[in-house]
Amino acid sequence: MQGFFRACSFVVALGSAAAVQAADITGAGATFPYPIYSKWAEIYKAKTNVGLNYQSIGSGGGIKQIKAKTVDFGASDMPLKAEDLEKDGLVQFPAVIGGVVPVVNLEGVAPGQMKMTGALLADIYLGKIKKWNDPAIAALNGGVKLPDENITVVRRADGSGTTFLFTNYLSKVNVEWKDKVGAGTAVQWPEGVGGKGNEGVASYVQRIKGGIGYVEYAYAKKNKMIHLALKNKAGEFVQPDDLTFQAAAAYAEWNKVPGFGEILTDQPGKTSWPITGASFVLMHKVQADPAKGLEVLKFFDWAFKNGQKTAEELDYVALPQTLVKQIDGAWRTSLKDGAGNPVLK
Amino acid sequence: MRAQRFQDALFHQVTRFFAFSVLAILIAIIGSLIYGAWPALQEFGAGFAFSSDWNPVTDKFGGLISVYGTLSTSVIALIVAIPVSFGIAVFLTELCPPALRGPLGVAVELLAAVPSIIYGMWGLFVFAPLFADYIQPLLTATLGNLPVVGGLFQGPQNGIGILSAGLILSVMVIPFIASVMRDVFEVVPGILKESAYGLGATTWEVVWNVVLPYTRVGVIGGVMLGLGRALGETMAVTFVIGNAHRISPSLYEAGNSIASTLANEFAEAASDLHVSSLIALGLILFFVTFIVLALSKVLLMRLGRSEGEKT
Repeated sequence: MQGFFRACSFVVALGSAAAVQAADITGAGATFPYPIYSKWAEIYKAKTNVGLNYQSIGSGGGIKQIKAKTVDFGASDMPLKAEDLEKDGLVQFPAVIGGVVPVVNLEGVAPGQMKMTGALLADIYLGKIKKWNDPAIAALNGGVKLPDENITVVRRADGSGTTFLFTNYLSKVNVEWKDKVGAGTAVQWPEGVGGKGNEGVASYVQRIKGGIGYVEYAYAKKNKMIHLALKNKAGEFVQPDDLTFQAAAAYAEWNKVPGFGEILTDQPGKTSWPITGASFVLMHKVQADPAKGLEVLKFFDWAFKNGQKTAEELDYVALPQTLVKQIDGAWRTSLKDGAGNPVLK
Repeated sequence: MRAQRFQDALFHQVTRFFAFSVLAILIAIIGSLIYGAWPALQEFGAGFAFSSDWNPVTDKFGGLISVYGTLSTSVIALIVAIPVSFGIAVFLTELCPPALRGPLGVAVELLAAVPSIIYGMWGLFVFAPLFADYIQPLLTATLGNLPVVGGLFQGPQNGIGILSAGLILSVMVIPFIASVMRDVFEVVPGILKESAYGLGATTWEVVWNVVLPYTRVGVIGGVMLGLGRALGETMAVTFVIGNAHRISPSLYEAGNSIASTLANEFAEAASDLHVSSLIALGLILFFVTFIVLALSKVLLMRLGRSEGEKT
């Protein structure tokens, strides 16, 4: 009963997301980029007096809101497929890059000391490897003292872009995972307990001895969690940080996929972090209110050119400048007003 | 005079409108639940309630796991809460020194005022680690060796799962059941109790043979109130149940209740079928609560009738 009321109040919240002052631009969607969007908005407002009202209601909600045209832009951690973009008349571009990091709760292991491969990580999440001192884990970690402890798998209970990146990566590196579970913002997990949000997963991992989970890099760093080094496509073990995320983004062939829908997991390159991903912004191709659309473009243009330092402070990675140029080009060609004239001249 | 009659009529209409609006809202809720759940019910049929699938990737959904989680946590909550609440109520009405009665009674009622998210956080950060380190090993070593029920107390000892959720729920429903029990115990006429004491009955005999039979309708009402709260509780359960779509023979394993599934997945449910399946779960919860309340009414009617026969 209570659950239903919550569902109802959620729907009401969705409806009210649209009601804001006329001068401000409105957006809704993914929770992952919320901290950086709001920080950018704060600085941008001080400079231009144009505010941003961003509701972090989740990627699914963001997609629904932009389709219903109640917001100026939607935000999703999972890129929409080209045919979906076409069907709903949407333009998509990445706005910020981040990484997903596997974290563990093991005594006597330093952050980044323990090594892991993607295939092995998938086997753990499939429930095939149940002990920390399993020979397969021991073989990778010569110098590390592994306890005879059960592995408790922790993952997200709610749908999430973080889960999408993580399962997308596991599907790329483990055939059994791809066949049995697949990739998505929520999947049918064969194993483990679910935490709500990054903070839920982080607190479960910190609470359960022998736990393993995956969180956004910022959460791992903020909570000083024991992260793992991962083997990337080039066969190197890498640590998660700004540089390895940037490296993965640099290898991406953004033009290959329509709407820049490139998924940055398992990228080539010696220093690429294998579970990297972008958060995306969605706008309508035909802008009913071109002035408003222009304000949105101006905001992101300003953020791409001036917001890198702020992004770094919050443990995000700004887009490479080559990509920013491509996005600018896409804005000019795809976004039109009602009469077919480009919004950005 | 005419003005007064008009006032009366107006008052009559207004109160009737308020009363009927409750009915209208109830029907509207059922209607919108059925409407929202329709695509899922059409796709999966009646099997929805009995299927243990929950796969957002392949768009296959079923409600069995969540229904099991809701029912099992609520049953655990009642098994623990009923005897404890009974003890609280008996102590407060029969045994407690008058000076303590007020503060203790207020303390029990204040437990009911604690927001459920506080119980959830307390459950996850305080209760779960203690439960995992001390109580779960103890239960496994004792109850875990029993035949038949032993399997319920085997499994991963990490403080998160069906049993933890049930125990947190029991703490949450105790104030409801205990305060109703105390209130009804207090209305037992003193003359009945004193007669029994006069015949040499012990306190236990008075409570069991005089107070309880006199108040059982109210007691059952209190238990049903607690059950109603336990079935729909969302936040506290979400924190400690583990949120896994699995049915396992062990109470230590993570599970999922209807309310926690809705709380977790509604915001990010991508496909229409996923959303519809979640609403269908809400519909099931609605019916489960409805059946529980209906059963309690029937039970109370039966009790009333059999009492009538006796006298």
